[in-house]
Amino acid sequence: MLAYLLRSLTQATLVMLAVAFIAFSMFRYVGDPVASIVGQDATLKDRQELADSLGLNDPFPLQFARFLGNAVQGDFGISYRQGRPVADLLIERLPATIELALLSALVALCLGLVLGIYAALNRKGVIANIVMSLSLIGVSLPTFLIGIGLIFLFSVYLRWLPSFGRGDVVAFGWWTTGLLTDSGRKSLIMPVITLGFFQLTLIMRLVRAEMLEVMRTEYIKFARARGLSDGSVHFRHALRNAMVPVITITGLQLGSIIAFAIVTETVFNWPGLGALFVRSVEVVDIPVMAAYLMFVGLVFVVVNLIVDMLYFLVDPRLRGGATVPAR
Amino acid sequence: MSDPVISVRNLQVEFVTRRATLRAIDGVSFDIARGEVLGVVGESGAGKSVTGAAIIGLIEPPGRISGGEILLNGRRIDNLPPEEMRKIRGRKVAMIFQDPLTSLNPLFRVGEQLVETIRTHLPMNERQARDRAIDLLTEVGIPAPEKRIDGYPHEFSGGMRQRVVIALALCAEPDFIVADEPTTALDVSVQAQIISLIKKLGRERGMAVMLVTHDMGVIAETADRVAVMYAGRVAEIGPVRDVVQRPMHPYAKGLMGAIPTLEAATDRLVQIPGSMPRLSSIPRGCAFNPRCGEAFARCCVDQPAPLPVGGRHVACHLYETLEAVR
Repeated sequence: MLAYLLRSLTQATLVMLAVAFIAFSMFRYVGDPVASIVGQDATLKDRQELADSLGLNDPFPLQFARFLGNAVQGDFGISYRQGRPVADLLIERLPATIELALLSALVALCLGLVLGIYAALNRKGVIANIVMSLSLIGVSLPTFLIGIGLIFLFSVYLRWLPSFGRGDVVAFGWWTTGLLTDSGRKSLIMPVITLGFFQLTLIMRLVRAEMLEVMRTEYIKFARARGLSDGSVHFRHALRNAMVPVITITGLQLGSIIAFAIVTETVFNWPGLGALFVRSVEVVDIPVMAAYLMFVGLVFVVVNLIVDMLYFLVDPRLRGGATVPAR
Repeated sequence: MSDPVISVRNLQVEFVTRRATLRAIDGVSFDIARGEVLGVVGESGAGKSVTGAAIIGLIEPPGRISGGEILLNGRRIDNLPPEEMRKIRGRKVAMIFQDPLTSLNPLFRVGEQLVETIRTHLPMNERQARDRAIDLLTEVGIPAPEKRIDGYPHEFSGGMRQRVVIALALCAEPDFIVADEPTTALDVSVQAQIISLIKKLGRERGMAVMLVTHDMGVIAETADRVAVMYAGRVAEIGPVRDVVQRPMHPYAKGLMGAIPTLEAATDRLVQIPGSMPRLSSIPRGCAFNPRCGEAFARCCVDQPAPLPVGGRHVACHLYETLEAVR
């Protein structure tokens, strides 16, 4: 267990170093930081002094080390355009994105599991086949189209739900949530559906396929031959085996939900990280983009770590001290 | 012989496909008594495993039992509602599968699987079921069972896993057990142990055992009687010594002739020409007639019925006028 954990952590650290290196290269060499800060009419002397004070003339490894050291302490520099620390900007925006992403993932996972199991157990049923056909739409329809379609139906036509923003939020320290107010909850509905729909259909199709696969195995036949009840065969023996690949995909999808909520946030003008990133790209705010890159990397690495640990809980074949299978 | 535990009467199993209805089992009958081992042999696709699955009620759609009946201790079980049949399965009739590496759920401890099966059928609490599980593991010859019970299947060797599978089948003291090629996936050195274990357990507990295999050596050692199956029918059934040493049906002769022996220093083994017909094209009359060296006109027209000859039944026209031919 410990060796496995250590190896996963080492891998995670290496990945983060690589991401940091790319972020740093972008930060340092895309555009000219000095020009971005002082503007066009500064003298050459001013520029030189600024470059010295920023450490831009130091050797490359030293600059990278400084960048890393700062990043570890949560210091990603100052936004060129807003003149505020990048870390503050991110933290301000973080709750909106995390709330949206986690809710979408939760909805996608729960509904995906239920529908997937249902579709697998009633393979020939009418409802199962309708659900399966509808899921094809979910897999193939682009996110922004679903969002715009929802806005048209529920905001423009029926006027039930707000078309943009988070509504009223309640703050707990630095965290803000829209779940405690009526307008906040209403505002969440459409973005959550938009962001989670693809994941929902993906998880559902995956669960169905895995369940069908597992139901054909010998140990399921043997479980039936021992007279175990259908409930136990389906939900204890089959589902647990079907979960291993589902965990992987769901984990990776959770990463991409958090990291790439960009489209959904843009469509609904959601005040989250994705919207911040889009604005930063428009105005070439390199420090924000670099920090966002690091953030996305961190999300994926952490989610992967958790997935690795979950494997460990679900599949005993991975446990057992030194006999960790090479993967 | 006392009343049979399992009695199969003229069983028919069909698989309905889009093109045609295929008859996988066509009129199979046999009895197995308490403590008796019936060996069932034949080529792949002869219907051995399907017969086992039919008795235990695990024929999967599109297959279905289309005729005949199966009696367990004199009571008909082939037409029971699924929930009734489920309660009998594991409790009265059990099955051991071919590959112990895939018959155990890899994510559950051996003990969990045993306790769950025991508690499904017997009114026991967790503690009692666990004690019983340890007893069962001891009985099937697993060393240090009180420790091994908390192991996962992947921590057991192939032979040990098959012992666990047997323990699982025995959880509720079934009266009848189908062992579907229980040693095919095992090392030769382990095969003999497993076979003698099955034989011993069958005799001690008075279980009726149906041993499906294509290993004639296993049959000769273990079975009391043997049924030779061909294309979904029983070609010959009788006491093991008679059938193995003096087979009567031409197909059975061919099968037994194909067993290499150390004593007879023959250069070539007997071969049966051709291969078994597909279910979609079983020939008229005797299914074996295209491959049979002794076939005559009638074999291509009439399907032979099982004829009692001595202690056995042979489905072959050759023996209808017994003395005339020999």
